[in-house]
Amino acid sequence: MTAQARGHALQAGSLILGVTIALIVALAALRIPVVDSVRLIGEGAFADRFALARTAVKSTPLLFCGLGMVVAWRAGMYNIGGEGQYITGALASAALAKWCLAMQWTGPVAVVLLILAAAFGGALWAAIAGWLFLRRGVEVVISTILLNFIAVQLLGYLTSGPLQEAKRQVPQTDLLPNELMLGRFDRQLDVHVGCILALVTAAALAIYLFRTVPGYRLRVVGENRRFAAVNYIKTDRVQMSAMAISGALCGLAGASEYLGIVGQLGNTFPQQWGFLGIPVALLGGLHPIATVFSAIGFGALFAGTDNLARFTTAGPAIVYVIQAVTVLAYVFIQTRRRPTPAEDT
Amino acid sequence: MNIDGIAIWQYATPVAVAALGETVAQRTGVIHIGLEGAMLVGAFFGMLAAYTTGSPWVGVMAAMLAGTALSAIFAWLTVLRAADQVVVGTAINLFALGITGTLYRSQFGQSGKILSVPKLPVLAGRIDAVQLLTIIATIGIALMFRLSALGLAMRSAGEYPKATESAGFSALKLRMAGTLVSGALGGLAGAYLSLGIAGAFAENMTAGRGFLAIAMVTFGRWNAVGVVGAALLVGFADSLQYSLQAGRSVIPFQLLIALPYLVALLVLIFVGKGTRAPAALGQAYRKEGTA
Repeated sequence: MTAQARGHALQAGSLILGVTIALIVALAALRIPVVDSVRLIGEGAFADRFALARTAVKSTPLLFCGLGMVVAWRAGMYNIGGEGQYITGALASAALAKWCLAMQWTGPVAVVLLILAAAFGGALWAAIAGWLFLRRGVEVVISTILLNFIAVQLLGYLTSGPLQEAKRQVPQTDLLPNELMLGRFDRQLDVHVGCILALVTAAALAIYLFRTVPGYRLRVVGENRRFAAVNYIKTDRVQMSAMAISGALCGLAGASEYLGIVGQLGNTFPQQWGFLGIPVALLGGLHPIATVFSAIGFGALFAGTDNLARFTTAGPAIVYVIQAVTVLAYVFIQTRRRPTPAEDT
Repeated sequence: MNIDGIAIWQYATPVAVAALGETVAQRTGVIHIGLEGAMLVGAFFGMLAAYTTGSPWVGVMAAMLAGTALSAIFAWLTVLRAADQVVVGTAINLFALGITGTLYRSQFGQSGKILSVPKLPVLAGRIDAVQLLTIIATIGIALMFRLSALGLAMRSAGEYPKATESAGFSALKLRMAGTLVSGALGGLAGAYLSLGIAGAFAENMTAGRGFLAIAMVTFGRWNAVGVVGAALLVGFADSLQYSLQAGRSVIPFQLLIALPYLVALLVLIFVGKGTRAPAALGQAYRKEGTA
């Protein structure tokens, strides 16, 4: 085992330990029976193939959004608009699906185009924030917050207007036929092709970031913009493309939920995956492969606490506490270790 | 629902109060992303304290304390330890969402039985104390930034913290103060939501109003009066949806709700961040030679 691999393993081990401790402390502090709860969470996440399928399905949008955050944040773009990009991605996909249905065109090619439409919709939404930062000096944090709100209203408008179901009763889109949905491996389980696509995307992103020149440039820009600029890296173009890729990945998260699970869009479509991608990426150390494990870990916790909610008063909300506490602890350790240099501005 | 000036004012108050707090924080250079969390703990602990003691005023105090306490964690990590404001803010918001949701369910049951919480009493006519306080605080904060030495020092911490230090002030202390004030006002805004308007608590009842308040600071160009004005405009647009949903209208009501955000975005597209924004906004300040 190389020193680097050992370092990664150590980091992963301490993270799992940290999350477990945080879970137990949180349960105990809130006077929820610890042993029973841990058993219920474990059963909900891993007990049988249905539980495993739930974990996989919860992990998928978390992973896509987490990867989206990895790309943007590595380039120094604090994209917190994953939620908006997730929505606009799904909306772009739904718009194309409506056209496909009108043309009576279904099949694998159509599904691929629906996925690409989602990536495009997300990328476009993120690009607005990228443009505002690079051309107008507006913090990505601020613009993506605004764009999140606008995306939610856009969803409300489109699902009660141009994209509304044919019956025009409920503000939602028509349910997609199976031929336009992502393929499933087993009729009884929700696991779909998107889950595999997410893993492949993570591997591709790891290669891009750490084995290609554009990926190297992206990381340099994120580490030190001025250093990158004096070394003739086109920082604007790099940050813009990082934002677009980030948005595309969040759009894919939207596609995986829309085309893989729900099949229609309505008010309940946004499930905070875009926000939850942030702690997933942070605890994955902004590394695509570690983010896979972080996403699966938290996907399992969400699946498990869904089960917990059926028997106790505690529910998925406790996962937020655990995520938050681990991120804060991580920040605390990181800021202590790194000596802070004098500012030279 | 009867829509009139006072109702709109009431509806806009949570966002206005929170945005006022965010203005103070941002003027000192800190983007307090954890504002949503401060509002949420304010709404919950305000409700809890009012429910147990029977006094809405105790509730308001508890809410401000809770908001301040949560912001203290944020300020400690971001100002004193120079951690990233977005990372810590996101975690703080998640923490607030999780802790209030879990505590609420464990104490009041899963469905959340209808609680009768004492609401804030009205003073003159139908206006209550928090609404009046908002106006006084807005003018007070605007004047403080414009006229007082403390206001100038706080602004300098957001523009060029090195100069603040040279002038003998502590940029870090001023930023801490700005963040804590915004937390207290965030807590108050949350309490107004649960005690002033709803008379109850619901999981994630702030529903993005803290983020909205952050956006309003940009829209109002970092000026207390402008920011509160922007928040009132949002409240107005928000309240219009009820009257529009009832009758058929030509304009989709979603467009109206989105209008303030769209206008804020358009302002940013055409004017950009502008010279009004604090120059060192969002950047951590580290004192030279310290670890």
